[in-house]
Parts: sequence; structure tokens; C-alpha cells
Amino acid sequence: MTEEGRAGSAERHLLDGAGDAPVPALSVDDLTVAYREQPVLWDVDLRIPQGSATAIVGPNGAGKTTLIRAILGLIPRAAGRVRILGRPLEEVRREVAYVPQRGSVDWDFPTSVEDVVLMGTYGRLGWFRRPGAQEREAARRALERVEMSAFADRQISELSGGQQQRVFLARALVQDARVHFLDEPFQGVDARTERAIMGVLHELRDRGDTVVAVHHSLQTVPDYFDRVILLNVRLIAAGEVETVFTEENLRVAYGGRIPYVAAPPAGEGPGGGGSGMGGDDGIPGGATGGATGRDMPGNAKGGGH
Amino acid sequence: MGDGFLSALLTDPTLRVVGLGAGAVGALAGALGCFALLRRQSLLGDAVSHAALPGIVLAFLLTGSRATPVLVLGAAFAGWMGTLFVMAVVRHSRVPEDSALGILLSVFFGAGLVLLTYLQRTPTAAQAGLDTFLFGQAATLLIQDVILVVGVGAVAILLLALFWKEMKLLCFDGEYGRVQGIPMNRMDVLLTSLLVVAIVLGLQTVGVVLMSALVVAPAAAARQWTDSLGVMVLLAGVLGGLAGVGGAWVSTLGDGIPTGPTIVLLASAVVVVSILAAPRRGILWDRIRLRRTRARLRSGSPGSALPGDTPGGGV
Repeated sequence: MTEEGRAGSAERHLLDGAGDAPVPALSVDDLTVAYREQPVLWDVDLRIPQGSATAIVGPNGAGKTTLIRAILGLIPRAAGRVRILGRPLEEVRREVAYVPQRGSVDWDFPTSVEDVVLMGTYGRLGWFRRPGAQEREAARRALERVEMSAFADRQISELSGGQQQRVFLARALVQDARVHFLDEPFQGVDARTERAIMGVLHELRDRGDTVVAVHHSLQTVPDYFDRVILLNVRLIAAGEVETVFTEENLRVAYGGRIPYVAAPPAGEGPGGGGSGMGGDDGIPGGATGGATGRDMPGNAKGGGH
Repeated sequence: MGDGFLSALLTDPTLRVVGLGAGAVGALAGALGCFALLRRQSLLGDAVSHAALPGIVLAFLLTGSRATPVLVLGAAFAGWMGTLFVMAVVRHSRVPEDSALGILLSVFFGAGLVLLTYLQRTPTAAQAGLDTFLFGQAATLLIQDVILVVGVGAVAILLLALFWKEMKLLCFDGEYGRVQGIPMNRMDVLLTSLLVVAIVLGLQTVGVVLMSALVVAPAAAARQWTDSLGVMVLLAGVLGGLAGVGGAWVSTLGDGIPTGPTIVLLASAVVVVSILAAPRRGILWDRIRLRRTRARLRSGSPGSALPGDTPGGGV
């Protein structure tokens, strides 16, 4: 917790020497965030391996966005340590891409689609240099990947919500990062956009990148993601979707009311009221074995709704 | 009238100085005003200019000098203190920003008026003229004042050009810049400082009461005509400059016509025209588009998909 200063040569050695395999894309230890003494995140521990796609899931006010923003240093941490690719954020900014909620900016800002995508190159351009032919080429390719090539010269106020979201994704792609954080990339987008975004995210994962996204629709979690983080101020569970995305865990995370999923008869009171079950890999100790696979809430056919 | 204006500008050396000074003030305020407008910080400009008044009077009381650099420094200092005060109030209390700005504006401006009134009771001859800072008087501009405005203004514009992409990112999506490791807080301080500079440089010409209008009006007008930030900043600079030159000229026509209100009236006229007539964003074009769409729907041309709305189907 106090080794912020000396980003150990041992860690760097691990990263350089052993290739991609052993260093987690993201590791979070004892992360606590508070607004005016009210904890928003409490003692969160996480390990996310490289080459995975992870959904952050939880009820409103669970701290999902806060988790991403704290990892990215956008809000102060009350306590805790964050490592990306084994190093502090400051040393690996080039490897980190961010797609904020599209509602966080003014889309009437006087600028074009290409211009917004080029903003993804500002960090590596450094002071006093403007985007040139090389950057424009990268922007063009990024727009192609999100099926927005035809819109490069459009004013951004002319875009639909889904198109805005794809432009934000293109801006992150142009950074050419290895770890990608997305805040609700599917919020209010059309079906075509959802497919396009999912395609890109899977492409990224398949080439070994890491994708971490705040996600709202529980039904699509098993289709879209390999791993899931269940959050409700505390970490409820984290790990592979098959192991962790159980009705029991969801019940704990959502306080008994699971949205979008027909709840089978009660009987088992959720024990402990959300006590932190997160182990090293966040897999709830032992208890999950029986539930695995049986009550996958993602199986649309199981739901009466 | 335009003829008289041009020849007057070319032949009258006083008007040349005054026109150049007011034009530079307008251009600088117009260009930087774009960023204030896009960041929804227009009220900050108002607060800074009002907060500058006690700084001007105190600078005179302390030094006994009416030299523009002294007064501008006092104005800048007070304006900056006011801005820091607002930032501190917003950070450490639950007072929202617009309330904090409103409080700052009236408290500092009130203090300035008290000081000014006190000063006018004292029998110092030199104090006559400080009250021109209320509504501005371009005729009081000396050649060295104009050199100051143009010189400092040029440095401000140069800084804006050097940090152009960072400024754009700051206004559109500052947090995204922070994630890339760009020191957005420092960029924020720089941009706010440039705005403070642009405002205090304009106080002698436009006055503390109306200076913020010269920050907002050219930017609001320019926004109507373009969808590019670069064009918007250039255009706002040009419009602000023209308003400055025009207002300064009109105010020299009669004795005691304050420059500030004249400049602001000119700039506001440009805003009104822009809001009405600008293509795409203007109200008139909106109306025309609406009428055309309605006509098309009524005639049932291919654009309309209303069921049963067949051409010639007389009802």
C-alpha cells in the first residue's frame, strides 16, 4: 500500500521477462472510495487476467462507474492500490484507453467526427504537435472498424446516440492501447451499434487485449463477456461468468430484487447481507459449486418475462 | 457614415490610437470568450470583471498612480483572488457555483463602489477618471496603453495557439485528456488566466459593468455561423474587434458618450442578426425548413410516409 513510490524493478522484470501470461491486466487491492465520508466503494480486491472481457455489474449506486474512475485516477482513492499491467497508471498511460459515458460531453460542441477521434492521439503526440497524415490515417481506420467511415466529416451534433457511442469507441481505438475501460458502452444504443461495438470488443480480446466494461443488461452478460464483477459498494464476487454469475450472487448484489430476471421462489435468505466474499480471484469460497450452471440468469428461455 | 468613419480613422491620430486599442480589446475578448461560452463559464467573466473594480481603486490608493499597467495589475490581482475565492467556496461548501459567482460579483463590486465613493470625497485631483472604469472610456486610452493591450494580447493569443489541441480537449472532454496523462488542471488554470487577462485589459475601454458582454456576445454570434472551433474563434475575434473599433469611434463623436455601452450595443446587434439569420442554426432558417417540410407532407410527395395521404385526395 505504501510502495507507490518505488514501482518495483521486480514488477517490471516480471512484465518484461515473462511475456504476457503472468501479469494481470488489472490488479486492485483494498480499494476504498468515499464521497463526504460516505463509502461508495469499500475494500475492493480484483485480479483481471490479460486477454479477457469483463463486465462490471450491480444495482444503481453500486459504484460501478466509480470503480472505473478510481482505477483511472479521475477521483481520489481513500485507500488502496491499483496496478495496470503490473505497474502504476502513470507508467502505462499509453496502454490504457477509456470510453466515458457518451452523456458526459456536450455533443453540440463545434467539431467534426474525425476531430473527436483524433483526440485519442493527443496523449502520444505530446506538446505543440498537431495530428498529421499518420494520425488521420489511424483515425480513418478506427472509424472503419466501428462502421462510421461515411461520417468522418460530419458535425458531431448530427449523430444519433449509437453513432456517438461508436465515435467514442473509435477515439479509444486510435489510442492503440492494451487495456480498455468502457462506461456503459451499450446504454441506449441501437441494435446495429450494439453488434458493431461487441464485434470490436471481441476482436480486441481475441488479440490479447483486456476489456473492462460497466454493463447494465444482465441477459447479455454471458454472451458478451467471459468474466464478471458483481458489485454493490463491496465486491460481491468476481471471476469467470460460469462460476460467478449465479442467481445467488446476483441476489446478494441486488439485495434480493434481480432486474429483468424472473425470480424463482424464495426460501434461502441471502446470507450476510453482502459481506465481502471476494477472495484472491474473487471467487466466492466453495459455496458456488452447487449453483453453477443450474440457474444461469442469462438463459432467456428460463425467464418467464 | 462609413465614409466619415474610415477617413476619420485614417486621418485622426487620436482616433487611430483609440480604434486600435478598442479593436484589440474586442478581438482578444471575442477569441477567448469562445472558450468561456463553450465551457458554460460566461458568468465567470462577469464575476471577474466586477471583482476587478476594488483592485483598480486599491491599486490607485496604494500607489497614487493612474498609469494603466498599475491599475491593470490591481484589477488582475483582484479578479484572480475572486476566482480563487469562488473555486474554494465551491470545493469546500455546498454552495453551488452560480451562487458563489453571484455572491462574489456583488460583494467585490460593492466594495469597489464604496472605495470609489470614498475616493471621490477626497480632494485628490488625480482621482478624477477612475470612475470611467465603470462604463469605460476609450478616449482615455494613450498610445502606451494600446501597446500594452496589443503586446499582452498577442502573447495570450500565442499561448492559445501553442496549446490549441489541449484547450480544445479541455473544453470538450477534459477527463479524457487526464486519462491520457495530459495535465488538464494546469491547462484549466492557463485558460482561466488568459480569460482574466483578456477581461482586465478591456476594463479601461469597456468598463467593469459590461465587459462580460464583450466576452460572450462575439462568441455567441460566431457559434451561429460555424461548426468548427477554429473558425468560431477567428470569427469571434473579428466580430469583437469590429465592435470595439465601431464603439470607440461612436463614443468619440460626442462628449462623454461611454464606450462600453456603445460597443456592447453593437456586439448585441450582431448577436441578434446571427441568431435570426445564420444558416442551419438560425431561427429564420428553422422556420423556413419547417414550412417546407409541412408543404411536402401536405402535398404527399415521396418524402411522406403517412398512410392515406395520397396526392390529390381532396379533403
